[in-house]
Amino acid sequence: MDTMRDRLAPVVSRLLDEDPRVAVVLAEIGRDGFREAERRHPDRVINVGIREQLLVGAAAGLALTGLRPVVHTFASFLVERPFEQVKLDFGHQDTGAVLVSAAASFDWPAGGFTHMAPGDVALLDTLDGWTVHVPGHPDEAETLLRQAVAAGDDKVYVRLSVQSNGQRRAVDGQHFLPVREGRSGVVVAVGPMLDAVLAATADLDVTVLYATTVRPFDAAGLRRATRAAGTDVVLVEPYLAGTSTAAASEALADVPHRVLGLGVGRRELRRYGTIEEHTAAHGLDARGLQERISRFLDAGRTEPGQG
Amino acid sequence: MTTAAEQSRTHGYDDLPRLMGMMTGDEKHGPAATSTLDVLWVLYDRVLRVTPERRADPARDRFLLSKGHGPMAYYAVLAAKGFVPVDWLPGFGSYDSPLGHHPDRVLVPGAEIGSGSLGHGLPIAVGTALGLRAQGRPDPAVWVLIGDAELDEGSNHEAIAFAGPAGLDRLHTVVIDNSSASHALPGGIAARFEAAGWSAVTVDGRDHEALYAAFTAPHPGRPHAVVARVEPKNA
Repeated sequence: MDTMRDRLAPVVSRLLDEDPRVAVVLAEIGRDGFREAERRHPDRVINVGIREQLLVGAAAGLALTGLRPVVHTFASFLVERPFEQVKLDFGHQDTGAVLVSAAASFDWPAGGFTHMAPGDVALLDTLDGWTVHVPGHPDEAETLLRQAVAAGDDKVYVRLSVQSNGQRRAVDGQHFLPVREGRSGVVVAVGPMLDAVLAATADLDVTVLYATTVRPFDAAGLRRATRAAGTDVVLVEPYLAGTSTAAASEALADVPHRVLGLGVGRRELRRYGTIEEHTAAHGLDARGLQERISRFLDAGRTEPGQG
Repeated sequence: MTTAAEQSRTHGYDDLPRLMGMMTGDEKHGPAATSTLDVLWVLYDRVLRVTPERRADPARDRFLLSKGHGPMAYYAVLAAKGFVPVDWLPGFGSYDSPLGHHPDRVLVPGAEIGSGSLGHGLPIAVGTALGLRAQGRPDPAVWVLIGDAELDEGSNHEAIAFAGPAGLDRLHTVVIDNSSASHALPGGIAARFEAAGWSAVTVDGRDHEALYAAFTAPHPGRPHAVVARVEPKNA
């Protein structure tokens, strides 16, 4: 199967043809896919070289003239390295762009920690007004990319990964999608985590919500799910563990609830190897998830004082 | 008191010290009190094709103040040219005032960017020039004002190194050189721009005719830098 990132250049190249507002800004990475688009639209496909502060600042300048910039590189160089540009040149300048990242938390484990960005969504959470899409399938990535570009002057982050689920789901760019109904707990699976979550919870009586748009957080969708399944909530995110714990707690602030945030650990593993090995090391494979989700749900059923 | 007559009357260069005094409470501001005053005046008075009525016109010239600290001269010039009401000036820096110690484009009519954190204006100006070019608008000029110490920020060098080879000939940078960089070589600023393929000229930042000539010098195919030298900050 092709990857989400394989869809980026074809989709955005079509949008360049269709919409004169669209521009692409690159910092060398990802340029190959846009060669043809660069020939057709030399003024709207811009490669600034290996200069990530300029990548973001120039995108903001493009937006100030009325264009809709699509900015792409690896997550660590798109969000982390030029973070103050992201904060000020879009937020404070009151403009927007579509930031599309690749490499995610550990898409290239052999590349090591310099090319891992498990903290990208948590960092964006310090800012106001960002929409964050985390597709779990290349088809979903296409849908969400189109929505992101069409979203006026909004600030939108699209997190692409080579990790994905076996089948596409009907994502709408807003709501969590109920995938399974249960009665004793809600598990929110974000993007590429869905297949592992479904395998991990196959024998558990839980509701599984599939989240591909995590900001704004679908608080109403979570609350709705807790009506039948109770307020034990597990979040399974493909980036830093606990990134959405506060959002889930806020959604359930007026009812007693428990939240377990699972995701990528903070500790630097200092390991290379494969995606599967890193997934397991962070406890995000089906077995690791099953153990931790079961333990959390069982603890909730323990009578007070017996603990 | 500010009257309706005050609002509608045209202000000149000689009014700027008084307008600045409305912000600082000090009536004796000479031009030397602020490094940017003469550059700003010559640009707004004689070079930039932008007026309060045209401030949303896509074909206007853009002026981006990147060196956002000490913005009294900027506000005074914007007030003198009718972008900002004169009666906003005395509130400078107060909670209800749109005029802060660093400008905010959302609050200040005529301000193209908010600034304060150094090194953001030039990359945004590069994007602005690219955006105008991409929309078939070769006419509007893009100007950005930075300080000599602001050039310490590496983001500027990303922009300088890109804009020359990219041939962004509608991009103009004014560097106010008041020798405030701790680690700098005399003459190094213009050389830095020239090495990246820019046209560059160094002039007396208090000499209006020299500034005007530098601002309007032809620079086909290349972005243009004007280094405006003023009194050393710590002299």
